[in-house]
Amino acid sequence: MKAAVITFPGSNCDRDLAVGFEKAGAQVIKVWHKETELPDGIDVIGVPGGFSYGDYLRCGAIASRSPVGQAIADFAARGGYVLGICNGFQILTEMGLLPGALMRNASLKYICKPVALTVASANSPYTESYGAGAQVTFPIAHHDGNYQIDPEGLAALKAEDRVAFRYVDNPNGSVDDIAGVLSENRRVLGMMPHPERAIEPAQGGADGAALFRALSGIMASA
Amino acid sequence: MKARVHVMLKDGVLDPQGEAVRHALGHLGFLGVEGVRQGKVIELDLAATDAASAEAEVQKMCDKLLANTVIEKYTVEIV
Repeated sequence: MKAAVITFPGSNCDRDLAVGFEKAGAQVIKVWHKETELPDGIDVIGVPGGFSYGDYLRCGAIASRSPVGQAIADFAARGGYVLGICNGFQILTEMGLLPGALMRNASLKYICKPVALTVASANSPYTESYGAGAQVTFPIAHHDGNYQIDPEGLAALKAEDRVAFRYVDNPNGSVDDIAGVLSENRRVLGMMPHPERAIEPAQGGADGAALFRALSGIMASA
Repeated sequence: MKARVHVMLKDGVLDPQGEAVRHALGHLGFLGVEGVRQGKVIELDLAATDAASAEAEVQKMCDKLLANTVIEKYTVEIV
């Protein structure tokens, strides 16, 4: 598996995300936001967490229109795998690769703690090894993780089994407890919790490692 | 020519910040504030001289960047 991890000014989870991929056996190439083309032979793009462009205008808004943004959109349009975590999820919704939007947490507070999640759909290259209904614990660290989508959009997500993760105890006001969603072709995943911060027992848990391993397994068999 | 863009959350989208402001106003003794919605104002200095084409251009800017039309609505004012 060959992964590209994008770094924007203000990204701060790009290294952790790269390690997450590497631990699953991937070769990782870091890509700066000013690049207009991705390296050849990329299997998956990781869009990391952080505060790209200082969260100016809206979280993820400027990053989604940056030079590398178009390359990510083209890659996804060709059926490429894209994993957006935290600010990466915000960027993917701002790009329109995933439906809905991330708003200010209902409590208005920045929340940083491990949270329990249910795997809502195992029908994706990221979640299949967990099995539907499995419970995992990933850290969250966000101020704007309150996922909102209109009723028709929500109905479509549910009908198409595109909710990947749900919060067991909703921390931020997200509609229907949604923590992560999949694209129509199930190859783009956006999620607020951080699987890349849960890949070693020393981090307090290693539930996230299976997500990267599952992806790596798909690539190996493809 | 200047353009002023008002960006607001769409009706029906819960505004947690507006709600917090409403509560704070209540604590300060301002009674009868039944709702607060918080938005943003963006002012643009434009080289354009034709108001109609400037307005059309700013609308495009709103759709592409200034507003997230999933949750926000906007109005454009040429001033």
